[in-house]
Amino acid sequence: MHWIYEPWPWYVAGPLIALVMFLLLFLGKQFGISANLRTKCAAFGAGKTSDFFDFDWKEERWNLMIVLGAIIGGFLGSTFMTNNGDNSVSISKNTVEELKSEYHFLSAGESYLPEELFAIESLNDFTTIAILLVGGFLVGFGARYAGGCTSGHAISGLSNLQLPSLIAVIGFFIGGLIMIHVFFPLIF
Amino acid sequence: MKKYTAYLAIGVFFGLVMYKSEAASWFRIYEMFRFDSFHMYGIIGSALILGVVGIQLIKRKNIKALGGRDMQLNQKQPSFPRYLVGGIFFGLGWALAGACPGPMYVLIGAGFPSILIVISGALIGTYVYGLLRARLPH
Repeated sequence: MHWIYEPWPWYVAGPLIALVMFLLLFLGKQFGISANLRTKCAAFGAGKTSDFFDFDWKEERWNLMIVLGAIIGGFLGSTFMTNNGDNSVSISKNTVEELKSEYHFLSAGESYLPEELFAIESLNDFTTIAILLVGGFLVGFGARYAGGCTSGHAISGLSNLQLPSLIAVIGFFIGGLIMIHVFFPLIF
Repeated sequence: MKKYTAYLAIGVFFGLVMYKSEAASWFRIYEMFRFDSFHMYGIIGSALILGVVGIQLIKRKNIKALGGRDMQLNQKQPSFPRYLVGGIFFGLGWALAGACPGPMYVLIGAGFPSILIVISGALIGTYVYGLLRARLPH
């Protein structure tokens, strides 16, 4: 059982994600996490200002349960399933070097998330708050505009051989590559 | 109630997989967009191969969901601009925040309160899409 404390390799994680998709299909649902954001907007009363949110959100409570579970899973994984609390991510040496030298992300290779962006002390800098807020905004806006996120398009949609999902995933990559190769040198 | 417990359990399992596979790590997303490791491609690719085979089986053997209902394998609305432009917006955010919607929640549990700012941004983005939807090309 020692492997459970190590980072899980891709050939374990990928099949388990497929399993999640099939479990949801079996329960009569479709794997697509970002829908929970729309459900929340509807629950907060956004239906009054936009008919996009004017639906019975209680019917969609199941996706709120999924993300509540994901919070618990994150807690269990980070607290009880590590080697002596080691949560570092062993990304490739080249990437570590680049993050350290180009962007001064000194936590690269040593932590789960870059402390330069996610540590509480980093929030003293308004730029950091803006980066997190804008990043989230683009994810939320883009996921609804494209009609799905990584789970809905890259996993569910592509598994079902949907051309729209392929276009969306190509879009995800165009966006990601532009962000990292064009905007990162300007932002960080 | 029983049903909600099932969804909660699936969520916990999903959260564990995301955390332990490091798919919820900003660093892994950055590394993926630099094409510097096979890790993320392996995760998505292996999930996809099993997904394609499984869904073909479901269709050919006409396997039903629980209670005899049809599986939710809907055709997506054909369009081009919506998926490409929407996808580009999403990708910009995915790379910047280093998290897509699932991992955002995983990271709350993993003890990163700052991720709540990202989630707030995502909720605002979702809401703004709802407001602008009629005026955007789809």
